[in-house]
Amino acid sequence: MNNVVKNIKSNLIMSINHVNLSFGGLKALVDVSLNIYEKQILAIIGPNGAGKSCMLNIISGIYTPQEGNVEWKGEKRGKIAPHDIAKMGIARTFQNIALFRGMSALDNILTGRNLLMKRGLLAEVFYAGWAKEQEIIHRKKVEEIIDFLEIQSVRKTPVSRLPYGIQKRVELGRALAAEPELLLLDEPMAGMNVEEKEDMCRFVLDVNEQFGTTIVLIEHDMGVVMDISDRVAVLDYGRKIADGLPKDVRADKKVIDAYLGVG
Amino acid sequence: MLRNLEILDTFPKILRDNSKIFAKKAAIREKEFGIWQTLSWKEFYYNAQLLSAGFKSNGIGRGDKVAIIGDNRPKLYLSIAAAQLIGAVPVPCYQDSVADEILYILDHAEVKLVIAENQEQVDKILEVIDRLPKVKLIMYDDQRGLENYKNSKLLPLNKILEGSSEKNISWIDEEIDKTLKDDLAIMLYTSGTTGRPKGVLLTYNNLISVTGKACEIENFTSDDEVVAYLPMAWVGDNTFCVCQSYISGFCVNCPESRDTLSIDLREIGPTYYFAPPRVWEAMLTQLMVRMQDADRVKLWIFNYFMNVSKKWGSLILDKKQVPIWSRLLYGLGNILVYGPLKNNLGLTRVRTAYTAGEAMGPDTFLFYRSLGINLKSLYGQTEASVFVTLQQDGDVDPETVGPAFPGVELKILDGEVLYKSSGVFKGYYKNEEATKETIDSDGWVSTGDAGVINSKGHLKIIDRAKDVGKLNSGAIFAPKYIENKLKFHGIIKEAVAFGDNKDFVTCFINIDLEAVGSWAERNNVAYSGYIDLAAQEAVYKLIEKSIAVVNRDLSKDIDLSSSQIKRFLILHKELDADDGELTRTNKVRRGAISERYGELIDALYNNAQTCHIKTQVVFEDGKKGDISANIKIKDMKTFSSEEKAA
Repeated sequence: MNNVVKNIKSNLIMSINHVNLSFGGLKALVDVSLNIYEKQILAIIGPNGAGKSCMLNIISGIYTPQEGNVEWKGEKRGKIAPHDIAKMGIARTFQNIALFRGMSALDNILTGRNLLMKRGLLAEVFYAGWAKEQEIIHRKKVEEIIDFLEIQSVRKTPVSRLPYGIQKRVELGRALAAEPELLLLDEPMAGMNVEEKEDMCRFVLDVNEQFGTTIVLIEHDMGVVMDISDRVAVLDYGRKIADGLPKDVRADKKVIDAYLGVG
Repeated sequence: MLRNLEILDTFPKILRDNSKIFAKKAAIREKEFGIWQTLSWKEFYYNAQLLSAGFKSNGIGRGDKVAIIGDNRPKLYLSIAAAQLIGAVPVPCYQDSVADEILYILDHAEVKLVIAENQEQVDKILEVIDRLPKVKLIMYDDQRGLENYKNSKLLPLNKILEGSSEKNISWIDEEIDKTLKDDLAIMLYTSGTTGRPKGVLLTYNNLISVTGKACEIENFTSDDEVVAYLPMAWVGDNTFCVCQSYISGFCVNCPESRDTLSIDLREIGPTYYFAPPRVWEAMLTQLMVRMQDADRVKLWIFNYFMNVSKKWGSLILDKKQVPIWSRLLYGLGNILVYGPLKNNLGLTRVRTAYTAGEAMGPDTFLFYRSLGINLKSLYGQTEASVFVTLQQDGDVDPETVGPAFPGVELKILDGEVLYKSSGVFKGYYKNEEATKETIDSDGWVSTGDAGVINSKGHLKIIDRAKDVGKLNSGAIFAPKYIENKLKFHGIIKEAVAFGDNKDFVTCFINIDLEAVGSWAERNNVAYSGYIDLAAQEAVYKLIEKSIAVVNRDLSKDIDLSSSQIKRFLILHKELDADDGELTRTNKVRRGAISERYGELIDALYNNAQTCHIKTQVVFEDGKKGDISANIKIKDMKTFSSEEKAA
């Protein structure tokens, strides 16, 4: 019920049209089109090597497709530098943890605000009035995220000393610090135990609900995907074989074949 | 500071006075977004008034019950104050309670308004709201996750505060004048070691006369600091963080979350600290476990100075005569070990520390005292407004709980401790029968605890009177006494002893996962989790050693030498309040345990070597599941009196 209502109301935030991507002779993506709707959670699933991470890299602009185009809020997007993408309001987390290991959780999340910081080096060095003001604004935002993710007790702990599940949470926090409109999560629950997974699911849903952030995630755990996504897209050998509501995708013959193999 | 508590005879009156004499001083602090936010007494009083105006406009008035559920948060303490200002009665509930337990209390207390901390608590109440027709409104503090809730009974506290800020609140002054010293101040539900919880009715006079006296003895001033972390439903928290804070004007600090307690404790550096024995013991266990990882030089220094403090620390604290050389050595230890250690625990500034609720191991107790922390035992009850006995500075005996508190009369009748004081409660709510059973016609209150008063007039508690039984041989059997002796060993978290109407004594053991886990790591014992670790042969050996020490100890006691443990087993799961095995204050519920583990008890007495058991457990989210295990049973050697002589 909920899914259907959400579908009707949502606007298109990004559309990927007939994209082809290849590395030399290897075709990673073949004629893939995908729509991302505002405030929805879209899951991209598929067997290993299906092209999921490539898809995410196209969305985030790290790869530019050889054919086809990407539209962001109705405008065609050409080749673009990573920091410009971040400025557009797209943030991501990585499959492998990519935090500054020696820095505290707080400092790591603060780096996520880097692009939003407007200040001169000199003002910063002398901690002049408006640099101080800025610092307070950013710190406050970071503290709100820390509160949101319930990691107050590790605020000042170097991330290398934190358990894996908490590190993942800090990484999510850093992505959130950029106040993104579109959040990309590359296997956010990989390698987690059941409890950590449940926590992470709750945070993903809360982010979507409270901040209205659009989320695209890659995930292998089908239980998680079916539970939290509004829509699911399935890739297999670089082609999109299904796209729709979780319950429809689950019943799709092609998807079942791709996952179980056909004899 | 001495105040005239004859005139200021209710908390609303004291609070109003505080807003004048302590106007700018901190009343309550909360760490939010990483920064300590302070409310002064003036602000605290003002906000409490706004809240009571909000309560009033929502139909709450004199005598109505207001339930409060959540962790220690300023808004919840404000709610207590606000309810009292307009003559309503606050009823704090345990925040860990499951929906059914809350249902019982809200229904029994006929609560009209519920103040809930957050979504978690709101969810629990909404689960049972259909069966609570008397509940008119639920107000909540933390909005997170509640934005889309549609229930018409839900209201955010912030809205109430904002809504009242434009209204006239001068009428509250009259309401305050109307409060009388014999009015109900608060209703606290006992945790219910046996049967359903009972609502203890305490008046302003009960609380102010007793806790005020304690403030005088300990010399509390408005410069003192406490950290509020114990359940608000517990009489202790109410005494330390509400009553005594009002009377002395000291500041109550609310930690950011349960996980950050140790960090917050260090930042605040309380001067007055209360913890039940298990917290003190856990702190010590953790400390010792961590010290094992120190390098050899540091470990040597630590051990050396610990021996010094063991020998002289308590004597120095008690201001006894100590040779100058030892004093110097202790001073050096203070610089090298004790000082940094106390700093690490956040106890540097502690002037007065209390422990109560259960017996505490003499070793643990003396450990803290030898560091220079003035830790004292008290014996108290909700029904007595806490204080029944209190150890005095300079005269602390770890075996006892001290002499009678000023104004309290003590006596022992048929082995049971009885007392009389101005703090004695009015009665149990809607339970005339239980009230009569507890308070006799002369005003003596039976505690249900068995104890003795020694030659110095100090009280020693042995066990719950009704738990004291007899072995078939006729010898006295005091289970808690034995269990406490076991629990003084860091590796044993919980123990349950059996022996009433049996030939010999046996027991269940719960291992302490942290302590035994660390031991396992050090000794290359691989394990996958609690169940696995608890069943390991090596762990059994370890526990055997501890029990042997206890048995040897018991063999020296003429009355209890036949209470030595003959057989024991290690339980496959931790006893848990969610499964009804412990009370919410972590006391063993014997009846429930005997019922659940009947097969195991039988096996302890029929020579079996193993026993299979399947137990139903309740997970934190309320779901149920089964766990089963084959539990080994071990025989123990006992000591005769001859061996002791050898």
